[in-house]
Amino acid sequence: MATLNTITKQERRPLLNLDPILMGGLVVLCAAGLAVLYSAANNDAGVVLHQFGHFIIGFMAMVLLAQIPSKQLFKWSPWLYLGGLVLLVMVLVVGYSGKGAQRWLDLGVIRFQPSELMKIFLPMMIAWYLSDKHVPPSLRYIVVALLMIAVPVWLIFLQPDLGTALLVFSLGIFVIFLAGITWRLLAVSGCLMLASVPVFWIYLHDYQRQRIITLLNPESDPLGAGYHIIQSKIALGSGGLYGKGWLNGTQSQLDFLPERSTDFIFAVFGEEFGFLGTVLLLFVYGFVVMRGLSIASYAEDTYSRLLAGSLSLSFFVYFVVNIGMVSGLLPIVGVPLPLISYGGTSMVTILAAFGILMSIHSSQNLFTS
Amino acid sequence: MAARDFFKDIRLEKRYFRTRIYLVALLVLVCMLTLALRLFYLQVSSHDYYATLSQENRMKIVPVPPTRGLVYDRNMNLLAANKPSYQIRVTPVEVDNLEQVISQLGQLIELEEHHLKKFYGDLKRKQSFESIPLKVNLSEDEVARFSVNRHRYPGIEITAQASRYYPMAGVNAHALGYVGRINADEIQKLDRKDYSGTTYIGKVGVEKFYEQALHGTVGYQHIEINAQGRKLRVLKSIPPEPGKDVMLTLDVRLQEVALQALGERRGSVVAIEPETGEILVFVSTPTYDPNQFVNGIGSRQYAQLRDDPDQPLFNRALSGLYPPGSTIKPMVALAGLHYGVTRVDDTIWAGPYFQLPGSQHKYRDWKKEGHGRVDMSKAITQSSDVYFYTLAHKLGIDRMAEFLAQFNFGSRTGLDTWGEAKGILPSQEWKRKVHGQPWYPGETVITGIGQGYLSATPLQLALATSVLATRGQEVQPKFLRKYLPATRPSGDGNGKSPASVPRSVDIADAHHWDRIVEAMEDSVHEPNGTAYTVGKDAGYRIAGKTGTAQVFSLKKDGEHQEYIEEDLDEKLRDHALFIAFAPADKPKIAIAVIVENGGGGGVTAAPVAKAVLDHYLLGNEYAQQDAS
Repeated sequence: MATLNTITKQERRPLLNLDPILMGGLVVLCAAGLAVLYSAANNDAGVVLHQFGHFIIGFMAMVLLAQIPSKQLFKWSPWLYLGGLVLLVMVLVVGYSGKGAQRWLDLGVIRFQPSELMKIFLPMMIAWYLSDKHVPPSLRYIVVALLMIAVPVWLIFLQPDLGTALLVFSLGIFVIFLAGITWRLLAVSGCLMLASVPVFWIYLHDYQRQRIITLLNPESDPLGAGYHIIQSKIALGSGGLYGKGWLNGTQSQLDFLPERSTDFIFAVFGEEFGFLGTVLLLFVYGFVVMRGLSIASYAEDTYSRLLAGSLSLSFFVYFVVNIGMVSGLLPIVGVPLPLISYGGTSMVTILAAFGILMSIHSSQNLFTS
Repeated sequence: MAARDFFKDIRLEKRYFRTRIYLVALLVLVCMLTLALRLFYLQVSSHDYYATLSQENRMKIVPVPPTRGLVYDRNMNLLAANKPSYQIRVTPVEVDNLEQVISQLGQLIELEEHHLKKFYGDLKRKQSFESIPLKVNLSEDEVARFSVNRHRYPGIEITAQASRYYPMAGVNAHALGYVGRINADEIQKLDRKDYSGTTYIGKVGVEKFYEQALHGTVGYQHIEINAQGRKLRVLKSIPPEPGKDVMLTLDVRLQEVALQALGERRGSVVAIEPETGEILVFVSTPTYDPNQFVNGIGSRQYAQLRDDPDQPLFNRALSGLYPPGSTIKPMVALAGLHYGVTRVDDTIWAGPYFQLPGSQHKYRDWKKEGHGRVDMSKAITQSSDVYFYTLAHKLGIDRMAEFLAQFNFGSRTGLDTWGEAKGILPSQEWKRKVHGQPWYPGETVITGIGQGYLSATPLQLALATSVLATRGQEVQPKFLRKYLPATRPSGDGNGKSPASVPRSVDIADAHHWDRIVEAMEDSVHEPNGTAYTVGKDAGYRIAGKTGTAQVFSLKKDGEHQEYIEEDLDEKLRDHALFIAFAPADKPKIAIAVIVENGGGGGVTAAPVAKAVLDHYLLGNEYAQQDAS
């Protein structure tokens, strides 16, 4: 990359628009993910290879998106959003159900979760909508934006997929927040949201309520939902400062830790690499988020700023919620550890989001030139 | 975009945004610090505590599946049992030279390609100390051959597991249903904790309806494992609560009689105890062996069952819809009396055909020359079509529908099983709703003899017969007699034993029942009755009604077309029906018989009913006489 950047001033545009700093962080995370996945999957190279395939697809999506100028993304935003809504409705009507919830759409060739697409399309839409409004936007515009958020969130909640619904919701809120909502409004809506918690509680499924109850008192259900939390805390805690070493975690190798390739992979990491390992991992995650936020703050137009900021924040929410849940601070909501948990759709969406960030980074001077 | 930005204060906005980003960055730092502190607490401060827990984390909890409840008939004959099925398992870590040992095993046990493929697949996925099944469902011979040679194979063992078994094979298949291995769809719907050790789940019939009661509650064993994860000993166990044993209302003896009487023919027999609603007989032929489904049916066998033109898997008793034919006549007659359209002794001239006023179309009687002058009794006994064409025309479809609804036509009986068909009880409103067409008077006429849109399941016909038997008392038909030992009077779980809601038919004068029952008796016991073949030597009084349901309609206007049985393809022949209850004065059993494409009800269906009635009412002595 360095050689590409040192070409003469007129030819400054590199062959490929990529941000080496961001990419460095992402590759480190993915590599760590593959290593710990090998251990979590009981040394099954097939699983690791499969996940590597996901990484390659995601990486290509990232490179591709990084080449699309953000002006184009701006134009497409409302259409992508509408298309996403249509897909979400289709999931509810003809979706393929797995694990008791309808989240998948089978297109013959591929099967994917449209709710994952919304993680990108929704912030694009809100950023598009708020980009030409005065700052801070008036209540009227905020209400419209909230409605735009509410529709997909409700559709995802119906699947039912509480974790993703909350995540998509928070993404939309980030855009509004970054767009400069006044503190007074923020405080009022925060209070309203708190007040609506009991109403929300009524609509939760039994298993979702159980997860929250279990968080407060894991020992109440040691055979069921509490088992996850208890075992993952033992895994993390027994890892100690230095960890038990790669492939040597007894909690994970002896099958005590459930869902250790997916949502609970952080516990495997913590058991085998110890506190030093987890803090280092946190640092890399933090580094990636900070880089994203810096791209956002240097972006020249409102749309790019809002989009870059909210996508970075979504990545942040991902790992904070997952680590919080695995370490027993948050309820188990089924959010994977970004770029490390086994799974194709989330890997591809996250890398695609970073592709957009890179595109924003490289078109910084788009509107001033 | 530039135009839109024109009105905005770009600098102000940028400042706003920067502030926000700083705030967000601060939030990120705070969150990460919180996480780091939490991890410090878990991994450094509490390390000793968790390290000890991890060391002691040698206790594993393994589910112990409950034994599935047994199913008996009303005389305690076993209908569904559990018998051990054997599987051979390999613990790889204890076997030296695995592949060679497995190929040696092939001489004792028949191992096919798919067994090996599955085994080697599992081998890759599992830990070496876990035991992996090599083959399930070993034959007794294989178990014996291996047992003799067991000492030569360390690390390989045979384990027993309970498997469902139906000792009566196909006799009760359509009532009892069967269990099968739990599939992916079912896993999502059931309580995973409760089914964590369970292999089978009820797929159809009683096995499905009473799944919860039959299944029981899972138990747990806390076992100690060593550092390599091998099981050392059982520390504590919470025993499973076995499933409840269930007694059904069925009488296996009668089931066998009914099956035998139907023989090779397609058809169905349903018999009810009119006092209680207990289902005594529930047969649909051809039947199948439910044992085939328990451990997964081979695709070839399944295709054979599925593609059999006689459809053995189709539950005719529960979901087969047939026009009731002339068996509807006693009920239409009652409707005529109830609404005062006719009196018992009113006579009409029943000629060879009936015509609607102002229409040329001839609705023919089954008897070419007609029945002459008939009153209601005679019309039932001889099954005059013209009499009932006339009566139906006078009643009109809506009054007929209203009255027949009280005999449960057009609605599910609520029998405690799955997949019951509703049948059709047509009315003007029904036709408008379903077909979007007006009702034609001609359709009323043929409804009077149980043809046209009207259709019912054998179960519905049996229930209607039972209502006739009790002179208007409707009972709730049911399969469940009780749980053994009687723990609760009525069921629980998804198997809600149907609660009896006594309903009675609304009729103007209770004496009408007697007149109709008398006519039904005459049709069996009088020489000119349509079922005299079975009534002439009966040792008790039977009230019955024959029926013949058209499958293939001859061209309506064809003057010279006649139904000649021999000329018709077998599948186009009429269905034979017979409903009856006995003894006529104090009914103990009500029965409905359908023989598909059997031709005339009196000749084909009535003898089937007679065989069941004889066995039920005359008992074993008769059965033995009959056999000798």
